[in-house]
Amino acid sequence: MILDSKIPEGALAEKWEKHKFNVKLVNPANKRKYDVIVVGTGLAGASAAASLAELGYNVQAFCYQDSPRRAHSIAAQGGINAAKNYQNDGDSVFRLFYDTIKGGDYRAREANVYRLAQVSVDIIDQCVAQGVPFAREYGGLLANRSFGGAQVSRTFYARGQTGQQLLLGAYSALNRQIAYGKVKMYPRTEMLDLVMVDGKARGIITRNMVTGAIEKHSAHAVILATGGYGNVFFLSTNAMGCNATAAWRAHKKGAFFANPCFTQIHPTCIPVSGDYQSKLTLMSESLRNDGRVWVPKTKEMAERLRRNEIRVSDIKEEDRDYFLERKYPAFGNLVPRDVASRNAKLACDEGRGVGTTGLAVFLDFADAIKRDTQAKVAAKYGNLFDMYAKITGENPYETPMRIYPAVHYTMGGLWVDYNLQTTIPGLYATGECNFSDHGANRLGASALMQGLADGYFVIPYTIGDYLAQMPAARVETSHPAFEEAENNVRGMINRLLSINGTKTVDEYHKELGLLMWDYCGMARNAEGLKYAKGKIRELREDFWKNVKVMGVNEEFNQTLEKAGRVADFLELGELMVDDALNRNESCGGHFREEYQTPENEALRDDANYAYVAAWEYTGPNAPSNLHKEDLKFENVKLTQRSYK
Amino acid sequence: MAGNNPNLKPMNLTLKVWRQKNNKAAGALETYKAENISPEMSFLEMLDVVNENLAHKGVDPIAFDHDCREGICGMCSLYINGRAHGPEQGTTTCQLHMRKFNDGDTIVIEPWRANAFPIHKDLSVDRSAFDRIQQAGGYVSVNTGGVPDANAIPIPKSIADKAFDAATCIGCGACVAACKNASAMLFVSAKVSQFAMLPQGKVEAKTRAENMVAQMDIEGFGACSNIGACAAECPVGISLENIAILNREYLGAKLTSQNV
Repeated sequence: MILDSKIPEGALAEKWEKHKFNVKLVNPANKRKYDVIVVGTGLAGASAAASLAELGYNVQAFCYQDSPRRAHSIAAQGGINAAKNYQNDGDSVFRLFYDTIKGGDYRAREANVYRLAQVSVDIIDQCVAQGVPFAREYGGLLANRSFGGAQVSRTFYARGQTGQQLLLGAYSALNRQIAYGKVKMYPRTEMLDLVMVDGKARGIITRNMVTGAIEKHSAHAVILATGGYGNVFFLSTNAMGCNATAAWRAHKKGAFFANPCFTQIHPTCIPVSGDYQSKLTLMSESLRNDGRVWVPKTKEMAERLRRNEIRVSDIKEEDRDYFLERKYPAFGNLVPRDVASRNAKLACDEGRGVGTTGLAVFLDFADAIKRDTQAKVAAKYGNLFDMYAKITGENPYETPMRIYPAVHYTMGGLWVDYNLQTTIPGLYATGECNFSDHGANRLGASALMQGLADGYFVIPYTIGDYLAQMPAARVETSHPAFEEAENNVRGMINRLLSINGTKTVDEYHKELGLLMWDYCGMARNAEGLKYAKGKIRELREDFWKNVKVMGVNEEFNQTLEKAGRVADFLELGELMVDDALNRNESCGGHFREEYQTPENEALRDDANYAYVAAWEYTGPNAPSNLHKEDLKFENVKLTQRSYK
Repeated sequence: MAGNNPNLKPMNLTLKVWRQKNNKAAGALETYKAENISPEMSFLEMLDVVNENLAHKGVDPIAFDHDCREGICGMCSLYINGRAHGPEQGTTTCQLHMRKFNDGDTIVIEPWRANAFPIHKDLSVDRSAFDRIQQAGGYVSVNTGGVPDANAIPIPKSIADKAFDAATCIGCGACVAACKNASAMLFVSAKVSQFAMLPQGKVEAKTRAENMVAQMDIEGFGACSNIGACAAECPVGISLENIAILNREYLGAKLTSQNV
């Protein structure tokens, strides 16, 4: 199969406008004849469901949480980028496009990223109209701040709770359509399989997580807005329930999975403190605007600090190494996430890490407090400081925060074309669930932008083009394809419940997570990846022989829910390793130790790897087929990324 | 691995946990031991450890709701020793840490108790009533596209900040659980006053207040008697002032009702 990205002809800046004119439209009176399923109600899902319902389509929306308002977009802290240039500091659509392409280490599609930058300005207008309370200046106009990987202030924010406010905005739009009867909402419902009829996505099979009822839902098209797969690593900043099941099961039905090894390790998270730990907590990147990252200059001093022989305040200014400011004077503490994470790891590998485990660096606000007063710092970051204090029991206004990188976001995801359609006709993927806009590394404040861009301003146009070309006749859920998919789902559930082994689901998940973190995390090498692949296969085999899942399907059964998700992670983990092994270069979040510059920066191989790796599922335990979509750069020059 | 405060010793606790198979079954408090609990653990991580032990013994793990574990999604609940989200002020259960408890403590863990929040299982309840209240009017009626430029609507910073404070409600239901009448006034007032303060929300302010309050009554939440337990237990500090704003909005709406 040749991957057709369907990028419109014409100049970069005109592609989207032209495409919007060229797509086919569904007449307003006919829209009510078409049904669309939206899985996931985060920024990408809720915005799509609301916008499609406003247009007149009949929408069925699904989420695993007890309310659509709880999707994990809610936890995004720092902000949302938009090329408004309200600050008159030289921002433009092209600059946002350029920063995003460069930040992604030249592994994203130009046309998609340009469109993202174009519609970014509409997102802010839309959110303000909904009543989202963004931060404002005294004159009543919107405030901005700067974020990693950019030299302009283009990030709109609502204290440290931007994701919450944007999601509640999208949730309110969704609620309005639920009240009108245009969206039927299914909370506490998990998608367990995709139904295909005549090669097209025509429905899904779900499990009601309260009663265990397995249900069939038919539609003309299916949108997956189910987020990323960071929980493969067990410990991540994702919510506990975030999972890859919907995307993975669609992959097994024929949707290619693109760049699975591109995972983002966020530099500013609260370090791991014990093996009981269930998740990692992010401290917003916006903190790097005012916080300075450092470790002791010498290993000896770091060791004494770890042994509590000296205190932080005993370390003199000249004995502190502000390594990001030293190595990257132009961007300083605001280098992109992959660069900041890797340098923190390097400092700790050198034995200069702090905290009892030695796996942490300082994020210090002493200078900012001295310069701006504690009250001003609290006004900007109060909720983040409170959160840090609650989790660690320490006061970050007095002692520097300790931070360490953690898995945060997955740039990889289902392969989609310019219309956000996967390789399965009628199946779309939006937001973090797709691979399309962030290349090998996502810049801060760009995930919210992409989720809302896809949902409010892209999918409403592109899905119409597909629907306009298909008959309005519905497929009944009595169709054999639905029966077959339902039987598959029931078969897998029964298998999980009948093993009755000795190891818990969490034990398998933790083991997988550790393998992924050690061998497919911040730094990878061929030898380690090969080892991990073997181990994941063993673990998967053992899982299906020895996992302990109690109870029955027909009840509220949280262990059963987790078991299905971990079963999928055990397969996806192997594909991530395969992808990392295939990509013999370093780029963005994918750092192969064999490929680095003398200064330990990522060494790309544009001649051989300037492509999207899209993997096709071929069967259980069978090697996946690699399809390549070559990336063409006509508007930016590929250079070694430099933030010095 | 040692924790942040290596001097804090592991604790042994006794838990009394509400177990209830489903909405129809009768429930009861069951006693479990929580042993070797690190003070660095969050309350939910303590329950994870207890659940792993139960699973190994072949006992059905305790069902409880949780998701982000960062204090923002509002999914976690739990009535701990008679207080919504436990003993620490301004904190969700997921952000409550075991260092707030002492070795040897007995901890009683119950679900939110309110007629409008039926129990699904054990500690998990159905809060869909909150969604239906929001559907009754918790929005500004704008469609996607065709809206003015964001800076065309200047809003004084003091008002934007106040609207933001109201908008931070996480919809967890602690206010209802803490209220002796199981009233949802604080929850409803947070949304009504956020929009009543902002120019975008003023257009529909009256019908919004009427419709959301009407839906609150339909769902079976109790009346507000201005005790203030809701605001005292709110993990994100939604202020009682919002209830005063809601009352003003509601009264004003009823006096000049557009819903006739």
